[in-house]
Amino acid sequence: MGFKNFCFKKSLWVFHFGGASCNNCDIEILDCLTPRHDLERFGILLVGSIRHADVLLVNGAINKRDKERLLEIYNQAPKPILVVAIGACGCTGGYFTESYTFAGPVDKIIPVNAYVPGCPPKPEAIIAGIVKLVENS
Amino acid sequence: MSRKTLIPIGPYHPLQEEPELFKLYCDGEIVKDIKWETGYNHRGIEKLSESKTYEQVFFLVERICGICSTSHPFAFANAVEEIADIEITNRTKYIRSIIGELERIHSHLLWVGLAGHFLGYNTVFMWAWKYREPVLDLFEMISGNRNSYAMFKVGGIRRDIEETKIPVINKILDDLQKKIDLLTGAVMDDPVIHARTKGVGILTKQDIIDYGAVGPTARASGVAIDVRKDDPYAAYPLVNWKVITAEAGDVFAKAEVRLLEIYESISIIRQCLEGLRKEPAGDISVKVNEIPEGIGNGRAEAPRGEVFHFVLSDGSNSPARHKIRAPSYVNIATFKKSCIGQTIADATISLAAVDPCYCCTERMAAAYDVSSGEKIMNAFELINKSLNRTKELKETIKGRL
Repeated sequence: MGFKNFCFKKSLWVFHFGGASCNNCDIEILDCLTPRHDLERFGILLVGSIRHADVLLVNGAINKRDKERLLEIYNQAPKPILVVAIGACGCTGGYFTESYTFAGPVDKIIPVNAYVPGCPPKPEAIIAGIVKLVENS
Repeated sequence: MSRKTLIPIGPYHPLQEEPELFKLYCDGEIVKDIKWETGYNHRGIEKLSESKTYEQVFFLVERICGICSTSHPFAFANAVEEIADIEITNRTKYIRSIIGELERIHSHLLWVGLAGHFLGYNTVFMWAWKYREPVLDLFEMISGNRNSYAMFKVGGIRRDIEETKIPVINKILDDLQKKIDLLTGAVMDDPVIHARTKGVGILTKQDIIDYGAVGPTARASGVAIDVRKDDPYAAYPLVNWKVITAEAGDVFAKAEVRLLEIYESISIIRQCLEGLRKEPAGDISVKVNEIPEGIGNGRAEAPRGEVFHFVLSDGSNSPARHKIRAPSYVNIATFKKSCIGQTIADATISLAAVDPCYCCTERMAAAYDVSSGEKIMNAFELINKSLNRTKELKETIKGRL
């Protein structure tokens, strides 16, 4: 384990990027922070700026307008950053692959470290995804 | 002449989960003008819908919005059933209404939580979201998923609510009602919440009528508009309930209307469960052979207001045209009235008070030249044109060599 990955072992700060999503994954991500699942006890905190973040959560199908913003946000992020694609739309494009505004799944735009499939994934699945990511990074 | 400062909020900001850009034009602390930009959420659903069969469209419209993911299939089912002139069974009506009302409870609790978060009252946020979890458990028990339920199909529903589940649902509702009492008491009696929300973001009755606002936004200003009463569908004419209204039109009134609607929803669900016991089990769909040519208008009352679906059928297995109007589309326009003249700190809660849902609202616009009628191209089309020109030039140069 290198020094960079050692930094990821504790207190991950998370920035949430909602692409052209239907809100389901967004509310499930927020749900992870509320009392039943309470991710904050592990030091995982949702932050308001990408410049403070260790993890970038991306959900929703990325449309043409989001694509530039996603790239911009990824470029602003302090490296190394872990990217997690959440939900069917984030992983593959899901039901919106044939849409005229679809600009490719997340991994065609930026490198992705983990995928959490599901429509929407349950909070438990999101937590399991992040734990696996930390263990394997 | 005073100078205005532009304060941009968004598109990716911690205030709301969805991407949208607000531009507040301020003079000192006072908001003088507001503009907003959407389009970050556009997925082309109306066009996609024309390439899906009627059965598939239900899954698509469910993914318009995750929070009101029953109201869209509800309105679409109403529209298609109007075209095909299908009379659904009573059991279907009751179960559809139960799902619709459970969704209203979880959506309103979600809003109360978020509103508390915007006010800097994170306790309310955590409470409301904690009390929302049993409702999601109910959804998981009934439909198998916490958020997108996939319960609807043309002429019926996909899953029945068995007799054995009814006492469990009643038990969870009893527990929920006690917790809502606690939450309502905490929100209604808190002096800080009173100070932050009373007299903030006022929409008068005339504003509501001018902007055509719907749902709890309109009901909080004394306009008793509710599709469930005005154009009854599903089981709503079969049960007893009343439309909740308030007069003040401020953020506090909107919170009050939403909290009291939760009680109405619980009462509707209880009556529907009673009704279910009288209907034969398993009688949850009617056979649909074909969708004839025709036009269907479907309405449903989403937690945020009226959802409207227009479906044009040409007799094939997919809609020829599908038009959707979500409640936030009209409610968002009221920002022009509610936010201007407020301080910046109050503007955020006024923005959140209509419970805006941008993923429902996204539209694509194409611009046409008024004099010639020609389509004005956007950046992508211009770039494509340029790419094609280079391609053509390469071909001709190749030919010369």
